[in-house]
Amino acid sequence: MNAVRSDTLAAQPPAIVSRLSPLLPPESLLWHAEETVPFECDGLAAFRQKPLAVALPQTEEQVREILRVCHELKTPVVARGAGTGLSGGAMPCADGLLLSLAKLNRILSIDAKACIARVQPGVRNLAVSDAAAPYGLYYAPDPSSQLACSIGGNVAENSGGVHCLKYGLTVHNVLGVRGYLIDGTPVQFGGEALDSPGFDLLALSIGSEGLLTVVTEVTLKLVPKPKLQQVVMASFDDVAKAGDAVAAIIGAGIIPAGLEMMDRKATNAVEPFVNAGYDLNAEAILLSESDGTPEEVADEVGEMERVLQAAGSTQCVVSQNEMERLRFWSGRKNAFPAAGRISPDYYCMDGTIPRKHLSEMLVAIEAMEKKYSLRCMNVFHAGDGNLHPLILFDANQPGEWERADRFGADILELCVKLGGTITGEHGVGIEKINSMCVQFSDLERDAFFAVKHAFDEFGLLNPGKAIPTLHRCAEYGRMHVHNGQMPFADLPRF
Amino acid sequence: MEGSLAQLRDRIVAANASKTALRIRGAGTKDFYGESFDGDVLDTRPHRGIISYEPTELVITARCGTPLSEIDATLESHGQFLPFEAPRFGGDPTIGGVVAAGLSGPRRASVGSVRDFVLGTHLINASGDELKFGGQVMKNVAGFDVSRLLCGSLGILGLVSEVSLKVLPKPRAEASVRFEMSALEALDRFNLWRGQPLPIAATAWADGVAHVKLAGAASAIKAAQAVLGGESVSSDDIWRRLRDQTHATFSAPRLWRLSLPSTATFLRPGVTLIEWSGAQRWLASDASSADVRDATASVGGTASLWRGERDTTMFHPLKPANLALHRKLKHAFDPNDIFNRGRLIPDL
Repeated sequence: MNAVRSDTLAAQPPAIVSRLSPLLPPESLLWHAEETVPFECDGLAAFRQKPLAVALPQTEEQVREILRVCHELKTPVVARGAGTGLSGGAMPCADGLLLSLAKLNRILSIDAKACIARVQPGVRNLAVSDAAAPYGLYYAPDPSSQLACSIGGNVAENSGGVHCLKYGLTVHNVLGVRGYLIDGTPVQFGGEALDSPGFDLLALSIGSEGLLTVVTEVTLKLVPKPKLQQVVMASFDDVAKAGDAVAAIIGAGIIPAGLEMMDRKATNAVEPFVNAGYDLNAEAILLSESDGTPEEVADEVGEMERVLQAAGSTQCVVSQNEMERLRFWSGRKNAFPAAGRISPDYYCMDGTIPRKHLSEMLVAIEAMEKKYSLRCMNVFHAGDGNLHPLILFDANQPGEWERADRFGADILELCVKLGGTITGEHGVGIEKINSMCVQFSDLERDAFFAVKHAFDEFGLLNPGKAIPTLHRCAEYGRMHVHNGQMPFADLPRF
Repeated sequence: MEGSLAQLRDRIVAANASKTALRIRGAGTKDFYGESFDGDVLDTRPHRGIISYEPTELVITARCGTPLSEIDATLESHGQFLPFEAPRFGGDPTIGGVVAAGLSGPRRASVGSVRDFVLGTHLINASGDELKFGGQVMKNVAGFDVSRLLCGSLGILGLVSEVSLKVLPKPRAEASVRFEMSALEALDRFNLWRGQPLPIAATAWADGVAHVKLAGAASAIKAAQAVLGGESVSSDDIWRRLRDQTHATFSAPRLWRLSLPSTATFLRPGVTLIEWSGAQRWLASDASSADVRDATASVGGTASLWRGERDTTMFHPLKPANLALHRKLKHAFDPNDIFNRGRLIPDL
């Protein structure tokens, strides 16, 4: 990199940089525009903002010192893991520091006997399972980004995956976290024991989207790898029948290890790329996975087949080996990239609804496709009612992003109306901040702010995310009156 | 607002206005639990009843005063249950009390605790407002997880007036086996087995006998029995006595509950019962409180004085940073200190 920069305006470092530079090696503190650009957004590229500076600490002590300085200068701090998040939770603040925890990337210990892994937040999700594999153990939550996403990000978002129904979310698989409050006070919630006295601050901090603490160490629960996994792939000629089949499986007393649904638009989009062998004439397919001992799996798969056929499945195929099982899953796991290949842009939604309303939701989405003149393909974590409609659009076509944005907001509002939630596993971030006004009352949001205030009096950690202010909700309410026609749609509203 | 809830709310609003301490109480099965405290009893039992239950959604929603027996019977009729097995203490606790106390039973190490099954709560705060957190769906990350914060908070943040819980189908089959072995050996085996893909639902050691409960498909249990060996036990009695804390261990005059890393080799004389693969142990001991707490803390655990003369706090003291957060949260939710003042932490 050139020692002399053309960007003379940026030659004077911001105050925060002057204060942090004694604490960090030069390569760990970035503030020139061309250096901070890579950090301007996370996995939700529609929302971008360059920070004042980026810090990449390598030790817990550096994290503590950075936080102390930011607290003293009242500089906002946005923590970031791998930047794969889909709700803009790690989008920087214009007047703040972006704190990347990517260099805190060591697996500190794997205790096979205690079934525990201690890791730093920058460790990748899949790396934990890889490290535990020699002991026959793995880390259960498996968000589809698990190859890249970090454990710290998983903790911030309470990430899920395709195996949540049986194995739980991040909150069910983290035993403890260690980190700092914004003023640098060290805190530990949970630990290696199963519970600790007082409030469950561990549960409160998981999924708090970086608003309460900065986590520097995570204690994870590992579970034994099942001896066998098999998946049943069932076709349906009607989406509603597939939805009913999901209820029938649960009603039969089966908790599948994974229970996923894809509609015809989704299977047709992914099949050309992955050759998963999906039934392209089916209106919907279900993937129902069983895991456990060979005896358990044989029993459960038989039961699943019986229930699925009774529920009207037109075709039922059971994976006969591991290669085939992975092939059946490949389409589901590649649904997002496939959307990116058939459309210039796509917008992934993340609402959850009671399962019984699945077909009602699908019918409504079809109507919205017409209303907004945009296509939408649907993949669901059907077992837990978590929907990922993928709205296809082209950001280069004037008005398409705005239509996609409103399409998404309509889906989320319907989720709330049907008794569900605006986000199942991706978090609110900046993306769904307006939809929070729909789901929660002023008093409930006040309670959230009270929690925030208890941890972070000056509101320095990830400000403007996750919980909308009263003012913002009032503004959103007014904008709604204008029939969704946002005035000055390009203005940031935080 | 329903009549029963409106009455509770009116009491809370009045208490808040006059800064009168309240003692939230359901069936009173856990009167012994928590630090000693005073307050006018706010009986939650009139606010009872299951609001919704749909077996295929795996969710039940009930008012706080609903007896656990009513929920159990309803779930049972559809082949489902609450897997965390809250202790009954020989009575019939309310579901509100179960969630506020957050105590779990023998299966805790394999299926999770009460908080793991909490999906949503309604909270009546000190101003009498009804706030809704979480919901009735399995996955929900909108807003802070206040529902799980309330679980185990012993009512000091407000009245949990309604709860939604995840339920599960009952295992197809269950079986228990027993082995005669020492505590040390049991601890070793429990930890070893936990790392293997075996359908173990619960483990316990007491009186020189290790007990293992298996749950799942009948075929899997049969296969596991072949691997584990041991002597089959037909009765489920031991697990019920452990769940409800009616086992002989619990009649010790001075009893400590220890929450430890499961592999900790803490086995001093007086450890009469080991549960949760070693993560929960019960110590009957006259040793000084400081001694018990120091020894427990040195292996990464905490000790609660479960039974016996209260010459110290029931709960293991919090670290200063955590205590400060508790104070701030308590003050934010309950500025006049009316709810269960001092039950979780003295003076809080």
